[in-house]
Amino acid sequence: MSEPVIKVENLSKRYLIGQQRSKEDGLRHVLEDAVRAPLKWLSGHKTEPKPQRDEFWALNDVSFEVQKGEVVGIIGRNGAGKSTLLKILSRITEPTKGRIQIDGRVASLLEVGTGFHTELTGRENIFLNGAILGMSNSEIKRKFDEIVAFSEVEKFLDTPVKRYSSGMYVRLAFAVAAHLDPEILIVDEVLAVGDAGFQNKCIGKMQNVSSTGRTVLFVSHNMTALASLCHRAVWLESGRMVGEGRSRDLIADYLNRHKTQNANANLPLIEKPRTGTGAARFTALEWKRVAPINGSNGAFHPGDSISITVEITAYVDVYDLNAGVTLFDTSAYRLVDVNTALKGEFVTIKAGRKASVTFVLQELLLKPGRYVVELWLGRGGIEDVDFVHEAGAFEVQEDMEAVRHTETFPGAYQCRFTHTIDKQ
Amino acid sequence: MARLIIEAGRSESQYWRDLWRYRELFHFLAWRDLLVRYKQTVVGVAWSLIQPLLTMLVLTFVFGKLGKFPSGGGPYPLMVLCGMLPWQFFSNALAGSGGSLVANSNLISKVYFPRLVIPASTVITSLVDFAISGAFLIVLMFWYRYLPPLNILLLPAFVFLAFAASFGVGLWFAALMVKYRDFKFIVPFVVQFGLYISPVGFPSTVVPAQYRLLYSLNPIVGVIDGFRWCILGGTQVMYWPGLALSVFAVVLLLVTGIAYFRKTERTFADVI
Repeated sequence: MSEPVIKVENLSKRYLIGQQRSKEDGLRHVLEDAVRAPLKWLSGHKTEPKPQRDEFWALNDVSFEVQKGEVVGIIGRNGAGKSTLLKILSRITEPTKGRIQIDGRVASLLEVGTGFHTELTGRENIFLNGAILGMSNSEIKRKFDEIVAFSEVEKFLDTPVKRYSSGMYVRLAFAVAAHLDPEILIVDEVLAVGDAGFQNKCIGKMQNVSSTGRTVLFVSHNMTALASLCHRAVWLESGRMVGEGRSRDLIADYLNRHKTQNANANLPLIEKPRTGTGAARFTALEWKRVAPINGSNGAFHPGDSISITVEITAYVDVYDLNAGVTLFDTSAYRLVDVNTALKGEFVTIKAGRKASVTFVLQELLLKPGRYVVELWLGRGGIEDVDFVHEAGAFEVQEDMEAVRHTETFPGAYQCRFTHTIDKQ
Repeated sequence: MARLIIEAGRSESQYWRDLWRYRELFHFLAWRDLLVRYKQTVVGVAWSLIQPLLTMLVLTFVFGKLGKFPSGGGPYPLMVLCGMLPWQFFSNALAGSGGSLVANSNLISKVYFPRLVIPASTVITSLVDFAISGAFLIVLMFWYRYLPPLNILLLPAFVFLAFAASFGVGLWFAALMVKYRDFKFIVPFVVQFGLYISPVGFPSTVVPAQYRLLYSLNPIVGVIDGFRWCILGGTQVMYWPGLALSVFAVVLLLVTGIAYFRKTERTFADVI
């Protein structure tokens, strides 16, 4: 294997909590110390060592390598040290200990629209932002048309950015950044902006970048994007590295870990965390296999038909509500989405009464794995009456009688297939 | 392929090369500041002319008419303007670069580039303003039908001295302001105070001879004297030891300014 392009060795970063309180840490203390020091020296006392201020290790002994052309995701909860790591890699701040070796031109994108000036026009901002991100004037001129086309704001190029809608602003900002042409690209959570269509466009652009053999380091809370973009991932937890490996496996582990840590998992449905007006609530959820009848009991297998029944209790009169069930895989990828409105039916319940809704998911061809059930009751785009993100989870297991050879491949869909082999 | 090593306390060998790579950023940031300054103003760039004009009139009235200071030969307004142009350059640059890092803290915490670019580009912005108000000096020379002496060929050297002085002091203030916001109050005070202790409204010849050398410790004294000597020529006698001292003070400020800036620069993103 070739030499890694990024080599991080025993990287640590310490922040003094006091350092961030810049108001108390003002000039007065320095002057005070300056006056006191000679006095202390005169009176023969040695200056006692300053009490250690509160330390905080944002990163602690992190080491990993990135090969050329790899797309590596960095996962972890808020405050795990992801952003600090990216800041050190992009030379914004220095490490306290450790060493990084980088071969190649680095561009980092820690925020969309850094250096945009609201008084300037879109055209002016393209040049300014480009220069700040490290593009040369001629490079920006060459890519100008491409940037404008990507941003979809041609008409408003000569309008000050302060009159842009936030969507236009973000599109323009990302367009400039997307046309950076580095050998190594460092990206932090920039996909969290814009509408879904634009996000897809951004992910597409990032896929392009990686397919041209450039190296990308990527932080996001969007596990779906991470799983689809990254080959490998590094997992940070309060400044330390917990694991690294194939991104799909690592993301599944990560989500599982945080699920088991989530005390809500074992709560009865009625007590699970939810949002919505609460006019009516999901009070029971159960699922069972309805076909094939003769299969082994207990576990689900790929291709089973599963019925999911929810019980809804109304506390006041509710009319014409849509009830829906959504299934996610462990990478938080949305797989199945069913609701009554799709069939033109709505739920109306009088106060104090209950209703049950049963969905039969026919021949659910899911790969073996764990699937999370989300329940939603409301009016699409108008209000959520009850919304339970993690109402429950079930396992799909390999059907040992149907398959002769098993190996877990990534992916969500278990296709039924026949095959022939022709020998000539 | 360029290899980059990031380590604690490593003084970057690439720094000056990076500064060269980001050379266009100097001009972009200066361009941004100029562009933004005159957006949504009615008379725009004319402000660069109105300000020195009015200040010149007031200073001429107070020092020349009321205070009866000597002009040293030439017309008093011309003498005042020769002092005011470099002074305004210096004070604008100081006020601008002092707060420049804090004003651009969003850049500092999100993008890497040599931080020196930020205060430098504010000084460049002030230099552009200086050039614009310089046009006013030419107009005034025509008005008085005044022909400058050959000394004027040395003017660029003094512009450079003014630049170095502004940049040196600006770096100190910019770096200090990141950590100690006290300088938010100190800088305007220094600028205000400086107008009176620098020979802006009066010629430095009025300073008693025995204090003259001490007076020249103020680097702007050398700059202003130099400007007057270049433009007003024969009517002004150059006080060479004073100039030498001012030049020394400028070099000292610049070298220590860069050193202090470079030393603290690494922690800017953590502290700002």
